[in-house]
Amino acid sequence: MPRPPSPSIPEKEFTYGALKQGLRLDGRLPLELRTPTLSFGPDLGWVECAMGKTRVLAQVDGKMVKPTPERPLEGIITINSEISPMASSEYEPGRPSDEEVTMTRMLDKVLRRSDAVDKESLCVQAGQRVWHLRLTIHCLADAGNLLDCACLAGIVALKHYRRPEVEVVGDEVTIHHPSERAPVSLSLHHTPYCFTFAYFPDTSTQAVLDPSLLEQRLSAGVLSIALNAQRELCVVQKAGGVPLAPDEVLRIVDIAVQKAKELNTLVERRLQEDWATRHVEVR
Amino acid sequence: MGSRVEILNDDGYRSDGRRQFELRDITMDLSQRGTADGSAMITHGLTQVLVSVFGPREAKMRSQTFHDRAVLNVEVNIAPFSTGERRKRNRGDKRILEFASAIKSTFEPVVQTNLYPRSQIDIYVHVLQQDGGLLQAGINATTLALVSAGIPLLDLVCAVTGGVHSTSPMLDLTTLEENDIPHLTVAIMPKTGKITLVTMETRLHADRFADIFKLACEAGQVIHKEMKRTVRARTRRLVDAMDLGIRSSAGTGENVDKDVAMNEPE
Repeated sequence: MPRPPSPSIPEKEFTYGALKQGLRLDGRLPLELRTPTLSFGPDLGWVECAMGKTRVLAQVDGKMVKPTPERPLEGIITINSEISPMASSEYEPGRPSDEEVTMTRMLDKVLRRSDAVDKESLCVQAGQRVWHLRLTIHCLADAGNLLDCACLAGIVALKHYRRPEVEVVGDEVTIHHPSERAPVSLSLHHTPYCFTFAYFPDTSTQAVLDPSLLEQRLSAGVLSIALNAQRELCVVQKAGGVPLAPDEVLRIVDIAVQKAKELNTLVERRLQEDWATRHVEVR
Repeated sequence: MGSRVEILNDDGYRSDGRRQFELRDITMDLSQRGTADGSAMITHGLTQVLVSVFGPREAKMRSQTFHDRAVLNVEVNIAPFSTGERRKRNRGDKRILEFASAIKSTFEPVVQTNLYPRSQIDIYVHVLQQDGGLLQAGINATTLALVSAGIPLLDLVCAVTGGVHSTSPMLDLTTLEENDIPHLTVAIMPKTGKITLVTMETRLHADRFADIFKLACEAGQVIHKEMKRTVRARTRRLVDAMDLGIRSSAGTGENVDKDVAMNEPE
């Protein structure tokens, strides 16, 4: 397995030196997010999210299936995410690397296990028919912080997606084509956003939000927090890395709360702008 | 969502008769197992985890080693009979991989790997019984196994789980409680009081999180005391046994192998 080339010593020292003074190579403040750009495709549930040069494409589609016998009243959501070598030459096809496992599990926790989508509302006929939503996440380019970008793309795709309306008369199920009846949006309990903070070996250096590829590589540990604008934490993940004081963790949580509110307004605005451009005919 | 079992009743008792902040019974066993360089079995209530540590030793794959430090290799095996419903998980299961990588990254900054360049330390985690707090038991057992293998650590890592039932925080959850209430696992380094690992997977308000988080940090210190006592007692026994060996060989004047003398008391 080829190891990623480590940054050269001067590059490393320069970056550490700059970060110690609270400066970042791309001119951001330590706790500043790269503003995400969301672009929507022709289909509903097709979202491309770019943060700087990190780009992720998320796409949702739904189909009708028979539910599992254990959960006859709930719809099914599956998340497909694979980091292909397309994103960066570091990733290899085949056996999943540690980063990939972490990312897949985080996506699963943030988007599925945090109960963002109301699964019971996806049930059409108990034990007979439910919606199966498939969220596919393609990582197009990795320039640092792929996880946050993927989470954002995923949740926005779920917010953007609209499923065809279904009518149940007795035992007969009619699925109305979007051209016949306006499709309905999914019912979401909340919208979690993920934020990643990177820590550096020198403990006097401040943590940075949304690390770039170089910062990520030089970091000595990351802390990922997923939360919604209502101050509810969904996932907190810090596995290993440099040890932190308990107060530091709580401080980061407070910062993340602020950022989630800002990001939420941005996402809502972009979704509204996009919705305004779409024509829906209701007959 | 109404739960069938009462998590915390009006008198402040939990479903298994514990108080809110009460930990389950902990037993730690550091006895030698097979050819492992160090092993430890820990039980938190009904959760039981056995960890064997091999190494530092020469790596099987030369290409995986580093010239300036040792590599930790963690492998997790969850016994199919460890849960209520018998189910075989294959080794590629994402959850198991995540569990292994959590243990690995928790111990990477704690083990003084720079003392053993070009070598490998293998940590084999066997989960024998599961009743909540799997990660907590895994981390605690790994700490003890590394200690009993004589691998230098910066500190003993102590992990503990905590959860919140409506507004009342509680510690060391069972499976029943874990399924019902938001919970988190915190691993601390007791000497500095710093956090090496914190994971939470369920929705919880930020203020509640702060409560339970602080509480879990305190509970880590309690586990640390227990660990220290176990390690001390074990070391004391080994030292006593060695003393005995030296004395008996000196008394008879024969050149007896110390190991043989150790196995025969008197």
